[in-house]
Amino acid sequence: MASTIAEELAEKQREISVAEFFERNRHILGFDTLSRALVTSVKEAVDNSLDACEEASILPDINIGIDRISKNEYRITAEDNGPGIVKEQIPKVFGQLLYGSRFHTVRQSRGQQGIGISGVVMYSQLTTGRPARILSKIGPDRPAHLYDLIIDTKKNRPEILREEIVSWDKGTGTRLEVVAMGKYVREKRQSVLEYLRSTAMINPHAQIEFREPDGTVITFKRASDRVPQLPIEIKPHPEGCELGTVMKMAKDTESYRLSSFLVGEFSRIGNRTAREICSKALLDEDLRPQDLSRGQAKRLLQAFGGVKIMAPPMDCLSPMGEVLIKRGVKKEIAADMVATSTRPPSVYSGNPFQVEAGVAYGGELPKEQTAKLIRFANRVPLLYQQGDCVITKAVESIDWRRYGLEQRGGEGLPVGPVVFLAHVASTNVPYTSESKEAIADVPEIRNEVELALRECGRRMQAHIKKSERLQKLKEKEEIIRKILPLIAEKTSKVLDKPIPDISPIIAKIMDSVLIDGKSDYADGFYRVKIGVTNYTLHSKTFGLYLRFPSTALIEDASPQLDESKAGLIAWKLRLGPNDSIAISLRMGNLELGDYDMVECYVDKIDPEKVMGAEIWNGEFT
Amino acid sequence: MSNKPVESLEDVARSVYKDLVEAKIPKVNLSTRTKSNIVFDDDSRVWKYGDQLSTRSAKTSDGAYMLLRTIYTIEFIKEMLATNKSSTLREMYYISEGWDFAKFHEQQESDRLVEDLEVITRQLREDFKLRPEENGASIIGNLTVEEEVRRGGKRRINCKDDVGDAGYTIPTNVEKDKLRLVDADGDFIIALETGGMFDRLVENGFDESSRAILVHLKGQPARSTRRMIKRINSELGLPVVVFTDGDPWSFRIYASVAYGAIKTAHISEYLATPDARFLGITPSDIVNYNLPTDKLTDQDVKALNTELTDPRFGNEFWKGEIKLQLELGKKSEQQALAKYGLDYVTETYLPEKLSSLGMGG
Ligand SMILES: Nc1ncnc2c1ncn2[C@@H]1O[C@H](COP(=O)(O)OP(=O)(O)OP(=O)(O)O)[C@@H](O)[C@H]1O
Ligand SMILES: [Mg+2]
Repeated sequence: MASTIAEELAEKQREISVAEFFERNRHILGFDTLSRALVTSVKEAVDNSLDACEEASILPDINIGIDRISKNEYRITAEDNGPGIVKEQIPKVFGQLLYGSRFHTVRQSRGQQGIGISGVVMYSQLTTGRPARILSKIGPDRPAHLYDLIIDTKKNRPEILREEIVSWDKGTGTRLEVVAMGKYVREKRQSVLEYLRSTAMINPHAQIEFREPDGTVITFKRASDRVPQLPIEIKPHPEGCELGTVMKMAKDTESYRLSSFLVGEFSRIGNRTAREICSKALLDEDLRPQDLSRGQAKRLLQAFGGVKIMAPPMDCLSPMGEVLIKRGVKKEIAADMVATSTRPPSVYSGNPFQVEAGVAYGGELPKEQTAKLIRFANRVPLLYQQGDCVITKAVESIDWRRYGLEQRGGEGLPVGPVVFLAHVASTNVPYTSESKEAIADVPEIRNEVELALRECGRRMQAHIKKSERLQKLKEKEEIIRKILPLIAEKTSKVLDKPIPDISPIIAKIMDSVLIDGKSDYADGFYRVKIGVTNYTLHSKTFGLYLRFPSTALIEDASPQLDESKAGLIAWKLRLGPNDSIAISLRMGNLELGDYDMVECYVDKIDPEKVMGAEIWNGEFT
Repeated sequence: MSNKPVESLEDVARSVYKDLVEAKIPKVNLSTRTKSNIVFDDDSRVWKYGDQLSTRSAKTSDGAYMLLRTIYTIEFIKEMLATNKSSTLREMYYISEGWDFAKFHEQQESDRLVEDLEVITRQLREDFKLRPEENGASIIGNLTVEEEVRRGGKRRINCKDDVGDAGYTIPTNVEKDKLRLVDADGDFIIALETGGMFDRLVENGFDESSRAILVHLKGQPARSTRRMIKRINSELGLPVVVFTDGDPWSFRIYASVAYGAIKTAHISEYLATPDARFLGITPSDIVNYNLPTDKLTDQDVKALNTELTDPRFGNEFWKGEIKLQLELGKKSEQQALAKYGLDYVTETYLPEKLSSLGMGG
């Protein structure tokens, strides 16, 4: 699909000027409204910066600024610390449509068409007549090159207005400045801010600073020091390949024999598999691929389905992983709980893809509003055409009532303090159109999105249940700590009688040992506090266990731990009736989001007599 | 003054105290106050609470709060009675502001608790020196009452000659020690839902021409209004008809006058007038008189369906009318009769409807 528009473009170029083409396809290129034009300009620049940094294994530091020059005129500045662009290429990259480095790669990357950034230059030039200014530097001891340029719209060539060598106190990087017509909107779902926030979420390794027209500076902090692995290129996988594709591949191949064609042009087909396929398809291994008839191609396709072929290599994809998504979401959304899930890679029509999802619940999210949905494809947020997207369809087809949310009729977007997030990574994301804003409803993808979301949903449900239990517990505590003593006091006063001892009633209402754990994060530490109170009539001796992330370092535990083992701490406690104890400790070596809920377990005690902890069934000796 | 109210309140406190001393989780029981627990009492011909009991126990958060508030309220009433004061329900709600955890979040809650106390103690809120703040409704017609006046002594008022256009205002306490019914020269009482219709009948001289005593209900009638109607009906022997809008909420107004309200079923006997008849607007009237209508809202439809399961509307007449209204999907106001001119209601509609009830004419 990516090359479709490229080819189309190239063809049209001969007949019409690029300016005309641009005018006609504004909507496809994302410049159809003033507010969207700003979003698109920022997006094209940021996508390129992230791509370039990824290729060069650099942790991205990106600065975006938007200044208002007149009513509908804005200056957009985008700067990165990427590898920079070599001098000769700078004019072409920014001043020539269709100039890019990844036309024919089968790889997961943000940019695909070689139109993005020159489109921005074109748009600004057409709407304000102002040239673009570019500054780029490829090494600490190399000069920085500055260009002012416009696009010659007749020839689709850069026209350089100024070319200079300047000093720039930056190791490497690229900076772009354009002035374009636009409209700045804030805090809308479709806005520069929202785009950057979502981008920061899905790229936790990037640090992004954004200066709004009114001078407000928003910093999206880096939450991971790991540059995502660079995805590698692969060949099409036979599974789900379409007839047309196979026939075209057979025409174009340089192989002379069917078997070598299969081995050479497809991924995961070795000599043995090729032989197996040929015999299943009743085709001669020595058949010239160019002579493959339609019927034969069909048989070949069927044989693909009948033979066991390994899934495509997954290193061509770069999923974020559950931990990173969780960190990304936690830093941008103030929720109580974040559950994430990364599905194993899968294939549609020979294209490997992989789905990741997240669900954030509670906290400061609005309770009475329709759930928010954040969509990503190859780590790029999708802001427009939500209704057409496979992710939306998957979310809406799930009965979220079963996971503890409100949802009218069990379909559509549920209502509640919840945000859904899904990321589809693929060497070829099947967009519904060239504007790359919605992913087509491909059954395989939809299925994977659903599975990922359901898994997150199950964890959210467990969280909701747990919170409800905690709520009940809190209510009970309130009864015994505040209300009941007041009832006793007032009743005695009305009747002018002595206040009775209510501790036996408290024991009757609670009749258990109460365990209440809390945690909060500050300055690199999670501080954990656990209150334990014996509200029974008898003395209790039992073991209390606390689960912790295996990488955490436990410090300052009070009382002292009795034992500590991989991921588990233990205390032996003895509490008389009405006794209570406050346990505290801190966990170091953790980042925000690495620890969820305080999970306590107990043993050697009647489960009926414990509130706030589960019974420990595992081994601990 | 008898000590009955104080005694009965202390009884409640004593039972809570006893639970505490015996190490039982404290609780109080009271009649369940929902439509599933109202039964028809053959002797008094009104709907009262049945045998179902609800328990408010300190085991749950709601129950514990309710108990605490009950004790606070008891203490408050006791002090009031001891110092010979009285207060409005609204004042009591504001006083609860100082009750810490026990404070009410809206007046409905405190009003409801006072009703609960009535149910538990079998006393009336008047006995607890609590009164509603709003005045009762008004009366115009040839009825003479004798009312205690502020500076002491009594005064006779004729509700036709001694009052202005607004009529005689029914006081919040209409008990015999405060208000005596002297006599009435009229054939029936007509209770009206809206002020507009009340004024229309006054302006058209309906009270004189038809020898009617007009009572303005002001929407859902206050206790004193219902008590007043009941007293005129039983002491002076005047029949009662109720004339309201033609919608589900108006049917409930009639039901509370005639059968007793669900909320106050513990005192139905004392408030309800079982002989009161519903005059209109009936859903049949909407059809027969071809009245201007509005569409039923979702809430209206819900209310009608609830009424179909309300035992008070269990007779053939109401079942038929309610189903008809659901079919029509329409409702009408009583003032919609003005479609046929301002005199139509007094000259045509009311005479026709009254004679169909075997009255008037
Ligand atoms: N900030 C940058 N740093 C380094 N190289 C860049 C930068 N911006 C663009 N480039 C180079 O210029 C090329 C053209 O960028 P352009 O945005 O026009 O196309 P693209 O990113 O390949 O595809 P798309 O049209 O989908 O955006 C890129 O492929 C990349 O090689
Ligand atoms: Mg690009």
